[in-house]
Amino acid sequence: MVEAAQKIVRYSLLVLFSVVFAAPLLWLLSTSVKKQGELFASPPVFFPKVPRWQNYADVFDTINFFRLTGNTVLISVLTVIGILISAPLVAYACSHIEWKGKKILFAAVIATLLLPYQVTMLPLYVIWTRLGLVGTYVPLVLPAFLSAGAGYYVFMIRQFFMTIPNSLVQAARIDGASEFRIYAQIMLPLCKPIIATVGVLVFLAAWSDFLGPLLYLNDKDSYTLSLGLYAFMQTHYVEWEKLMAASAMFTLPIIVLFFFAQKQFIEGITLTGIKG
Amino acid sequence: MHRKANMTGLLFSSPFLIGFLLFTLFPIGASLVYSFCDFNLFKSLSWVGLDNYKWILQEKEVGKSIFNTLYMVVFATPVTIVAGLLSAQLLNLKVKGQSVFRTLFYVPSIVPVIASSLVWMWVLNPKSGLINSVLQLLHIRGPNWLLDPVWTKPSLILMGAWGSGGIMIIFLAALQDVPKSLYESAEIDGAGSLRKFVSITLPSISPIILFQLVMSLIVYFQYFAQAFMLASLTNSGADQSMAGPEKSLLFYSILLYREAFVDFRMGHASAMAWVLFLITALVTWFVFKTSKKWVTYGGE
Repeated sequence: MVEAAQKIVRYSLLVLFSVVFAAPLLWLLSTSVKKQGELFASPPVFFPKVPRWQNYADVFDTINFFRLTGNTVLISVLTVIGILISAPLVAYACSHIEWKGKKILFAAVIATLLLPYQVTMLPLYVIWTRLGLVGTYVPLVLPAFLSAGAGYYVFMIRQFFMTIPNSLVQAARIDGASEFRIYAQIMLPLCKPIIATVGVLVFLAAWSDFLGPLLYLNDKDSYTLSLGLYAFMQTHYVEWEKLMAASAMFTLPIIVLFFFAQKQFIEGITLTGIKG
Repeated sequence: MHRKANMTGLLFSSPFLIGFLLFTLFPIGASLVYSFCDFNLFKSLSWVGLDNYKWILQEKEVGKSIFNTLYMVVFATPVTIVAGLLSAQLLNLKVKGQSVFRTLFYVPSIVPVIASSLVWMWVLNPKSGLINSVLQLLHIRGPNWLLDPVWTKPSLILMGAWGSGGIMIIFLAALQDVPKSLYESAEIDGAGSLRKFVSITLPSISPIILFQLVMSLIVYFQYFAQAFMLASLTNSGADQSMAGPEKSLLFYSILLYREAFVDFRMGHASAMAWVLFLITALVTWFVFKTSKKWVTYGGE
């Protein structure tokens, strides 16, 4: 009896939570195919009788969606490449190389995590302006190749590297393998799971970034989706059906990525050693 | 041999070191200098001593923004952590379809912030939003949410709890790592669910709680994008104050952004950034210091 009651409580809570988490997204989808008259109808319309797919077409007509998507993909992919090249290198220097700077280096990585971005944001903006690079993708992408702002990812990769036995590295060294070869042919292949996880997380962060594009992009043709959506909101802010259609189009690639890379999103976290 | 290792270490860390120098150390120094100067992109630096810091102490809007930011830090941090922990605990129970529920709980957290803010503006629309529509069906008059200065911040906290999936995933991993034997011996001693949660689960995952606490504090001290979106929408067109109804959405980062990029007072903004840095460092230090009392590390 008690067991059955417990089970009912358990599942009711799970379903309740699921409804709360899913409802705003379902509301988004339902609104994105509403007619304008249905938006403010009373009683409220939860399921539009005839879905109005035209809303999506309208978004395509008002903003250059393919262009913005292309821009966002370009920035995100370059950021991922940059961080995946530079971050594991530092992480290796923080884990399996016994050298003088190891401790200080790791402390510097952690320090960048605690430093509010506002402190560096203003001088960087001044520098990029003076270099005439505001309006290009350089300020958004170049820092990634030098692991700037990637402290968290360096930390994650380093924690994973630490789980690889040092004896393996030592054995390769005794066999006369060069340090770079050990890194590229032993370390990286063993650490594919964490590299994949970091790749996915970086992509997600770059795809969703708002402040970076807001500061550095000023030409509508070079906007990312975040910025495009923001500009679209400012001009169409009572046309909720179009705003929701645009939001859905912006979010969809992330959801698709999630379903293809569920393992990296969910199980990847457990690999990182953050959990304890 | 040692020299060779030092060379290798330096070589491997060189991309990071160059980045650290160019994008962290140099800007830190520059921003410190700016904070004692009157400066913007259109004029050169002129030394003003402590004026910018005095301005911070005297300006009413700074006080307001600190109040709003602390409000979020104090209320949103525990709410998101508890929401994440609660959903993780639910998922950790032996249930069928766990992976489906897990996906449902997690997905909101990966919706890009601009899209999720837009969705929530519409969900919280006082007349025709989802929440007030449901309340209306139950004959309850919902609040004005984003238009009522009392409700703007609770609205943001609600949004934060909805996006707590990232926290939930890490907690779930931690919960699955708690040794089953601990629970079994507690059951033999006749401990109930609540007792087990308080004396076994919480201490076992306390290092993760500490990690999440520090990360969330940092996030809320720097709270920007969501508030920026909401404030731009609740503002009427020409108003550039980005502060929301009765300045209830004027957060520290928003004011800092406005000083720097709308009013072109880099000196004010840099001093604000340094004050934020000091506050964050102080609070983090304080949390770590007190954590010794409540965090237990493995092997015990």
